[in-house]
Amino acid sequence: MGMEGIGQRVVRKEDKRFITGKGKYTDDVKLVGMTHAHFVRSPHAHAKVVSIDSAAALAMPGVIAVLTGAELVADRIGNLICGWMVHSKDGSPMKMGAYPAMAPETVRYVGQAVAVVIAETKNQARDAAEAVTVEYEELPAATTVAAALASDAPQLHPEAPGNRVYEWSIGDKAATETAFSGAAHVVSMDITNNRLVPNPMEPRSAVANYDSGDDALTLWTTSQNPHVARLVLSAFYNIAPEHKLRVIAPDVGGGFGSKIYIYPEEIVCLWASRKVNRPIKWTSDRTEAFLTDAHGRDHVSKAEMAFDADHKILGLRVHTYANFGAYMSLFSSSVPTYLYATLLSGQYVIPAIYAEVDGVYTNTVPVDAYRGAGRPEATYLLERMMETAARQFGLDPVDLRRKNFITSFPYQTPVIMTYDAGDYNASLDAALKAIDYAGFPARKAAAAARGKLRGIGFSCYIEACGIAPSKAVGSLGAGVGLWESAEVRVNPVGTVEVLTGSHSHGQGHETTFAQLISERLGIGIDQVSIVHGDTDKVQFGMGTYGSRSGAVGMSAIVKAMDKVEAKARKIAAHLMEAAEGDIVIEGGEFKVAGTDKKMPFALVALAAYTGHNLPDGMEPGLKEGAFYDPTNFTFPAGTYVCEVEIDADTGKTEVVNFVAADDFGRMINPMIVEGQVHGGLAQGIGQALLEGTVYSDDGQLMTASYMDYCMPRADDLPSFDLHHTTTLCPGNPLGIKGCGEAGAIGSPPAVINAITDAIGHNDMSMPATPAKVWAAIHGRAAAE
Amino acid sequence: MYATNFSRAANLADASAKMGAATDGKYLAGGQTLIPTMKQRLAAPSDLIDLTRIPDLSGIKADADTVTIGAATRHYDVATSATVRGAIPAIAALAAGIGDPAVRHMGTIGGSIANNDPAADYPAAVLALGAGIITDKRTIFAEAWFQGMFSTALGTDEIVKAIQFPIPAKAAYAKFPNPASRYALAGVFVAKMKNGSVRVAATGVGEGGVLRFPALEAALQANWSAAALANVAVSPEGLLSDIHGSAEYRANLVNVMARRAVAAAG
Ligand SMILES: Cc1cc2nc3c(=O)[nH]c(=O)nc-3n(C[C@H](O)[C@H](O)[C@H](O)COP(=O)(O)OP(=O)(O)OC[C@H]3O[C@@H](n4cnc5c(N)ncnc54)[C@H](O)[C@@H]3O)c2cc1C
Repeated sequence: MGMEGIGQRVVRKEDKRFITGKGKYTDDVKLVGMTHAHFVRSPHAHAKVVSIDSAAALAMPGVIAVLTGAELVADRIGNLICGWMVHSKDGSPMKMGAYPAMAPETVRYVGQAVAVVIAETKNQARDAAEAVTVEYEELPAATTVAAALASDAPQLHPEAPGNRVYEWSIGDKAATETAFSGAAHVVSMDITNNRLVPNPMEPRSAVANYDSGDDALTLWTTSQNPHVARLVLSAFYNIAPEHKLRVIAPDVGGGFGSKIYIYPEEIVCLWASRKVNRPIKWTSDRTEAFLTDAHGRDHVSKAEMAFDADHKILGLRVHTYANFGAYMSLFSSSVPTYLYATLLSGQYVIPAIYAEVDGVYTNTVPVDAYRGAGRPEATYLLERMMETAARQFGLDPVDLRRKNFITSFPYQTPVIMTYDAGDYNASLDAALKAIDYAGFPARKAAAAARGKLRGIGFSCYIEACGIAPSKAVGSLGAGVGLWESAEVRVNPVGTVEVLTGSHSHGQGHETTFAQLISERLGIGIDQVSIVHGDTDKVQFGMGTYGSRSGAVGMSAIVKAMDKVEAKARKIAAHLMEAAEGDIVIEGGEFKVAGTDKKMPFALVALAAYTGHNLPDGMEPGLKEGAFYDPTNFTFPAGTYVCEVEIDADTGKTEVVNFVAADDFGRMINPMIVEGQVHGGLAQGIGQALLEGTVYSDDGQLMTASYMDYCMPRADDLPSFDLHHTTTLCPGNPLGIKGCGEAGAIGSPPAVINAITDAIGHNDMSMPATPAKVWAAIHGRAAAE
Repeated sequence: MYATNFSRAANLADASAKMGAATDGKYLAGGQTLIPTMKQRLAAPSDLIDLTRIPDLSGIKADADTVTIGAATRHYDVATSATVRGAIPAIAALAAGIGDPAVRHMGTIGGSIANNDPAADYPAAVLALGAGIITDKRTIFAEAWFQGMFSTALGTDEIVKAIQFPIPAKAAYAKFPNPASRYALAGVFVAKMKNGSVRVAATGVGEGGVLRFPALEAALQANWSAAALANVAVSPEGLLSDIHGSAEYRANLVNVMARRAVAAAG
């Protein structure tokens, strides 16, 4: 429609404040009388807390309090919860080890908080924290799944014998066994999905303020879902009832999932603020971020795929071990189960699937959803399998995939999901054209002449976004519903405020949501403001993760807009003495079709608020709300193709060409979509080439800074070649599928497939560092 | 960071006096190593004495046989100096590859040499060229200067004034950066001196910091060409092995980077 409506590459409204330093982040909050918290953290991966002596710290300048886990437990602050119940194969509920916000008795990972110092200044708190003497009795640690499941492994939690959280399964075991017994070919692989540290640019932060006058608390925090935070803090942690707790998530500098969760630090700051009757601020430093932000991925899998003589897939059998870290984080249980195994059909017709997932405790930071959450792990496993199968069969990997594509919709997979719409051949074709597949052999030869090994790799991914019908997730064990809410408030002069339960922490909602209003009313996006991130302003909402803000959040806005528009039409028809059905909205004006009668939207709004001349019985005002509960997940899908060149002498991989052909359904702002894909690809290529989280056997995080943990930088990445094919999502009014995670989901297997193609050696784990690639090329042992 | 006292030295004597008066003072140059270490509370000097405003400590001079770079000269100024580019282009190129622009505009050659990080770039050039480190007390040559990781011959209150590099006939530096830190995973500096002698030093690889590779030197002495190194094995013995690469991988990189450096030197 207009210049700023749906489909326009509108420049982001919020960027002015971000790039001129006017963003308002949690750490920018400064309150009168504000104190500072510094946490005393365990240097051991597993130890008994024998004693804590805070006498010396309490005597230090500026120190207000030193509080410990024992006091927290005594004050009946609840243990951290995991909000998604998963049952084992045998029907037993998952086994949760108690997770207090500060450890009163036992620490289970390096960095776990045991005490907090509250002082007048940040430095005083930090100085005093060093003076708190904690006596530990060290225990043996296990940091990997293999170590934690060993017969002589240390036992982390009394509640979880053998360090097992659950042994879950999905699919039809018998049918899958039958498929394998009749197979002409079986391809099997051991696949590891490397552990990642999320690293949003803004570290976590919390400011808690207890107001003794109102007996109420306010928390400013780096959250992707402030209402969920308030709900959990109230319902489970005994902080304050919801009407006495306001949670504000102001500007948030990236989350990638790691800011979904309610962490110990927020709980402690709220509790402590009431105790000391002062506002408290805590801001993570980068080391604390490495040591305490929920990590991502960390799967070890064995996968087998059965094919018939014609190379059609007959079945898939997977056994995955998920490293959960030392405690169950807020949604961790769902990641390797309902967000992972339900996507194991990929883009393919796989008649029988059986997947088993064992969740395991280890002495590491808790692991939870991180950009893609389960879907990258599923995609990596499947797309490595498909490429490997094609190599074993001597087939073109493109042909093998095409032969097995799902081509009619809706399609019911054997693992819960019903794919609603898609055209996988279309995105594959677009990608092949863009990469010039036919020209690859010539490019490989040219590279060889320059002394480089060139390889090409594919990935045909599918993901499930827009999480999801509340009833469906409820039946699978989710503790919450996953709808979204919106309220559209038209002001008397015709400007519009949209209140949404979605939360923007980099996604550009202030622009895209305004574009929707612009599309509907024909007013400029500067006439619209988006209000989010404050539980006192927005009634309720479920927040932003899983690429749900477009598909679910905007759908709620559409529903509210429908109501606003219906009422405005009535008012306009009444004022212009026309039939309601003759009103058309165009360029910010309400017009009577076939006449020259018209009035600007602002006058319709004004009429609604003066109430001087409204249709009989109509309430004044123009403000409507709506809740939207999706009918299904959405299923973005696409094909990624990666070309690499490898320097055989050093093992260094350069990504020289990267094509992404995505089907995201309708795009509100293609420029923002491209930005989301660029970021996702950077993260996915980062996982494939650069980012490796390493724990020593005794549980020290060896990669706890950027000296050792390699984040992708601009010069590690090529210029991306992005393409789109479109099938609209039939499940929501705008036809949106979501684009926030695709890049991170689809890219890692494309990169590894390209590397293994280049070096002619199929065994390569992520990250494919130069040292590893060199070792593979030269048949040497990789670096430890 | 712990609280500390900051002061600026006007000249060398003033710097020494301030150091003498401090209980546990530290000289500060570009702060690109010392400040991050202090922020992590791994260092806690009582006093920081800033050397960078001392007039004669910055600047670049050359004569027919040497280039002398003041200790407080920033990496950026070395990288862009016409004098350095003319006389020893390998050093300008090395400086241009240190860290990122912000680091290069702050960090100094003296700080790098005094710090002697086992993965820092300058030590490879200093050792390969047999440079002299001129302090306020004496001149110490490269061989004697480097005494193992983060350890040098520098006395506690001694100040590095300048580094004097002999101008070689040919030289080049080839660096394979650690993907994460972008310090050297292996950085090899090759030099053919005007008297015909050849020296090869590598950083990032040695358990004891920067070191020379006599086998590579001998091969190049006989035949100054990349091809001459093709079959010269570098032993992994005594080389670093960590999460970024095994000793064997680093040994390979020394050979590869040496070949690339020789090819670049011409
Ligand atoms: C992000 C980042 C990336 C980096 N990447 C690289 C890289 O790729 N390669 C590389 O080589 N380096 C790298 N560095 C280090 C950088 O080059 C530093 O500048 C250098 O190591 C120290 O120099 P400085 O001037 O900053 O010294 P400072 O940090 O100020 O001091 C370092 C030490 O030297 C002492 N000192 C300084 N000057 C003198 C003097 N004149 N006399 C006596 N003692 C002195 C100080 O007391 C201190 O102990 C990097 C640093 C950062 C922060």
